[in-house]
Amino acid sequence: MLYTLLCYNKEDVVWSWTREEDDAVMARLNVVHEKLVKEGKLGPSLRLLPTTAATTLRGPGLVIDGPFAETKEQLLGFYVIDVPDLDAALAVARELSEANPTSVYEIRPVALYVPEARPNAPRDRVKAY
Amino acid sequence: MSELVHDPAWIHGALTAARPQAVGALLRYFRDMDTAEEAYQEACLRALRNWPRNGPPRDPAAWLILVGRNAALDGVRKRSRDTELPPDDVISDLEDAETPLAERLDGADYRDDVLRLLFICCHPDLPATQQIALALRIVSGLSVAQIARAFLVSDAAMEQRITRAKARIAQRNREGADVPFQTPGPAERAERLAAVAAMIYLLFNEGYSAGRDPVRAPLCDEAIRLARLLLRLFQAEPEIMGLTALMLLQQSRLPARFDAHGDAVPLEDQDRTLWDAKLISEGLALIDKAMRHNRPGPYQVQAAIAATHARAAGAADTDWAGIDALYAALERMQPSPVVTLNRAVATARLHGPAAGLAMIAPLEKALSGYFPYFGARGVFLLQLGRAGEARADFDRAIGLAGTAAEAAHIRRHLDRLMQNAG
Repeated sequence: MLYTLLCYNKEDVVWSWTREEDDAVMARLNVVHEKLVKEGKLGPSLRLLPTTAATTLRGPGLVIDGPFAETKEQLLGFYVIDVPDLDAALAVARELSEANPTSVYEIRPVALYVPEARPNAPRDRVKAY
Repeated sequence: MSELVHDPAWIHGALTAARPQAVGALLRYFRDMDTAEEAYQEACLRALRNWPRNGPPRDPAAWLILVGRNAALDGVRKRSRDTELPPDDVISDLEDAETPLAERLDGADYRDDVLRLLFICCHPDLPATQQIALALRIVSGLSVAQIARAFLVSDAAMEQRITRAKARIAQRNREGADVPFQTPGPAERAERLAAVAAMIYLLFNEGYSAGRDPVRAPLCDEAIRLARLLLRLFQAEPEIMGLTALMLLQQSRLPARFDAHGDAVPLEDQDRTLWDAKLISEGLALIDKAMRHNRPGPYQVQAAIAATHARAAGAADTDWAGIDALYAALERMQPSPVVTLNRAVATARLHGPAAGLAMIAPLEKALSGYFPYFGARGVFLLQLGRAGEARADFDRAIGLAGTAAEAAHIRRHLDRLMQNAG
């Protein structure tokens, strides 16, 4: 079974950490990461930039500065895409939005990306259910 | 979370992050800075007692505002022998008491409270350094001793400066010329945002010019924190995105700006692998967002220049034509000899040192006390083979340099000149 673990915290506090405080947290996390890699449990993981760097596409034509802020909808999935800039990312989001017009897409840049670490990770689509 | 909140660092971080919102809202209730600050202090003391015991509130700012307001009102009522309000232990357990207030705070009041608080510090009667000192004290919550160290003055002198600045604002308040507490209109809000942005950039430059000084350099982090705060509150303002991007991109170079001796390393010689990739990606993301608005401004243009450097693998790979065009745009928006000097460096890269020299020749009078002028002119002259004139300019630059690191940077040019001559 595949799971995603979504990490929540107060971004104004976390992004005010000094480098030492940030490094200390990352060092503690890395102990866990390394253990998970050895156990063959860790897929890709990433750290997002703060919501101030986010842009939201609400329907193919409506671009809003800032993160997805409603509480009526729930997080149902996410993509990681590799594109040169925000315009290119928005173009991808628009294509998805045209295929699935009721969904909202928050475009959030990634601060740190750690790729798949399982040695025998399946390359094909994996159905988790 | 319940375990983390016993950690004093977590509580300290939450209190610092909530401070601008909490003090801003308390100021709106009490319309008096001292009362607002005292109410906030009291709320913090209660938070330190209460949070480790009862767990952290869902919205620390809302909790601090409610408890601070009640504590201050309680004080008034006690003095008038009235009944006391319920203790804050009870308040913090009542989710339903906290929620409606938090929701009200999400509205426009909330962001205008913070903006007002910052704007009060930018009072035009106050000199720039006092504006920054006041913002660090009131908005960031730094102690007088911390601010005094950052400005290289005694605690007593800084205490006096801040007290005077506050008195000046209070006096204007009594005269009725204060910052109004009604919700500002769009023009008023734009004016406040511009003043606050300028103050935040001044704060950043105080830290930036100090290089790696452990006491002053953190001012850059504080400026970035305030800019991110403004950006969270005003998400569609391209100049606030530009300002934040500019500071992030400049700050990303900090690990490469000085060599092992502490001497300044010019941009083109910096080891770009030392640049902070996380800050760069955030800065680039923000400038991308800002440009989509097609409402250019000086911060966005400067951020775009910094972004062009950040995207280049090295000085030789830099899009100098793009930088030249961006400086030309900045010259039109904010004409200044310093901007033209910076543009000349890009022009010289594109069209050769003679073009750079011609561009800055008319600036000598305006920049006669500005060391980078003679540093840049010396480099152009050197490239043109006019070694004697170059040496005279480098000597002049060293005489004008403000810090040892700046002087050392120019001295390296002189050393090279001597070696070539020898």
